[in-house]
Amino acid sequence: MMDMLLQTLMQGVLLGGLYCLFALGLSLMYGVMRLTNTAQGDFILLGSFSAVAGIAALKWLTPDATWMPLLLSPLLLLIAFGAGFMLQRQVLNRVLGKDPLPSLVVTFGLSIVIQNLLLELFSADPRSIETGGLNIASVQLPGGWAVGVLPLLILALALAATYGLQWMFDHSALGRSFRAVSDDLEIAQLMGLNAKRVYAYATGIAFMLITVAGVLQAMRTTVSPSDGPMLLLFAFESVIIGGMGSFKGTLIGALLLGVTQQIGFLFDPGWGIWFGHIVFLLLLLVRPQGLFPKTVG
Amino acid sequence: MSTFTVTRSNRSSRTAMWVAVLLVLTAATIPYWAPEDNRSAWMREFVEIACYLVFALMWNLLAGYGGMVSIGQQAYFGFGGYTMLMLSNFAGINPFVAVPVAALCAGLIAVPVSFIAFRLQGGYFAIGTWVIAEVFRLSFANMSMVGGGSGTSLTAFTGISKAVREQTTFWMALAGMVASVVLVYVFLRSKRGLALMAIRDNEVAAESQGIAVQRTKLAVYVVAGLGAGLAGAMYYLSNLRITPDAAFSVNWTAFAIFMVVIGGIGRIEGPIVGALIFWVFNKFFSDYGSWYLMGLGLLAILVTIYFKQGLWGYAQQRWGWALFPTQRRLD
Repeated sequence: MMDMLLQTLMQGVLLGGLYCLFALGLSLMYGVMRLTNTAQGDFILLGSFSAVAGIAALKWLTPDATWMPLLLSPLLLLIAFGAGFMLQRQVLNRVLGKDPLPSLVVTFGLSIVIQNLLLELFSADPRSIETGGLNIASVQLPGGWAVGVLPLLILALALAATYGLQWMFDHSALGRSFRAVSDDLEIAQLMGLNAKRVYAYATGIAFMLITVAGVLQAMRTTVSPSDGPMLLLFAFESVIIGGMGSFKGTLIGALLLGVTQQIGFLFDPGWGIWFGHIVFLLLLLVRPQGLFPKTVG
Repeated sequence: MSTFTVTRSNRSSRTAMWVAVLLVLTAATIPYWAPEDNRSAWMREFVEIACYLVFALMWNLLAGYGGMVSIGQQAYFGFGGYTMLMLSNFAGINPFVAVPVAALCAGLIAVPVSFIAFRLQGGYFAIGTWVIAEVFRLSFANMSMVGGGSGTSLTAFTGISKAVREQTTFWMALAGMVASVVLVYVFLRSKRGLALMAIRDNEVAAESQGIAVQRTKLAVYVVAGLGAGLAGAMYYLSNLRITPDAAFSVNWTAFAIFMVVIGGIGRIEGPIVGALIFWVFNKFFSDYGSWYLMGLGLLAILVTIYFKQGLWGYAQQRWGWALFPTQRRLD
């Protein structure tokens, strides 16, 4: 019994690592410019499917070089940054403002466009990224336990991304400008910051995180074009549970959500996700500010 | 001493009233003059469009007037459908009676739901309501009584002839549609409607003028839930088969957003014009499947960026058209 509980806890924490990567981009964009990206989940899938397509193309070009996909990662990250930067500059900057409706409609419209585009290009079949056995490899722990290497790797990446973002916000020049436009837009602009450019950097970085999340999701399990809304809701719940505007809060929120869902799955496979949602809503009721509220910076 | 008058209608709105009455009468007699071969197809199509319109009207009330942008109104649509079906199938209530009862139930459940939803604001309110709608969907999908994930059928109509069922459903949908338009129109022209628009424009200023902000918002949220529930109950009265994935699909809200944004948000004519456009698009392009949906999404984006007021908003600004004027003009 105790063993099963610990096992569930560990699985939940490992799952939460992935949710953290889903959520950091959302947290970053909301923190810097109060933009709610309702297409978050679909952008994650766009990352997954780009990797799937890229690997297929490489395989076709150089059938023998199995190490080639590794080269793809930096290229994909670069493209993701550029795409996020351009999206913010050309589209999202036009709809920012006090009224949340325009940005919601635009990101929601993007979500529908991406979802149907992926459906048209890749069909509804679930896809995954071949990892050469990494997804089933495990390490032995004392006490006869085994932990998957890939989930551990994902958790480590999530921790690194969370602390990296927090460090950037606290200590780098870019992080300072993020905090400045978030705290007081007018004063920041008076001091010579180009807010629209700062926003574009934020979205660019958010898109790199989103792409990492998408690739890892496709490595760990399968992805299908209609998964987007589900991923968005998990990301959103992680952000709110942790408390808006704190990256460490988002990390802890994601871990809690992962554990909660695993506990739900333990009782009944049909109710796992439902249980996660219910615990989220109850937490919202008793502690609307989240567990670790703090505005960024 | 200066004198002034408050104008609340104009020539176009008075003409529109008579045209609307005429249109409703024409529609109401469809069962008598429609060609026999197409009669039931026409009626079914009308019911469908009426449900879309009622749903969009209520979304417009919530987002365009109440300032509460929700992506979770499908919760009430599906809830209305399921409640109507359960009342008819299990409690033996006449399905036509069950429709308004189900709508009331949807309004009632909106009260406790609002306690949770109102904890969030702006964009996060939108996604929070979506989570709530997912809870509704998963709850019904795990209920074996209504067929779980594969859904169930409305069986209470056994013994009623097809013609009677179709005609009554049709008139009911027409009545529901007219009632929704009138309800929203009268509400927005009332003192409470004025208060609502004040809240939308500036919540703090409205509160300082003595408007009960929270109570007004709650009232709007409940009415919008009730209307969405009515749309769902009417839709499944005609459709006869319900599944959780279809009834609680986010597409309902997506289509409502599309209609309202294209037609023009924050005006009653908006969803009406939007629903007509949506109906035409649906008729000609829905065979293109995902390309069609991509087009709708793209159009919503373009209109939001370049054409913020929507089609009717443009017409109103350009020519001063107003079929359902809710503002007061000082002359």
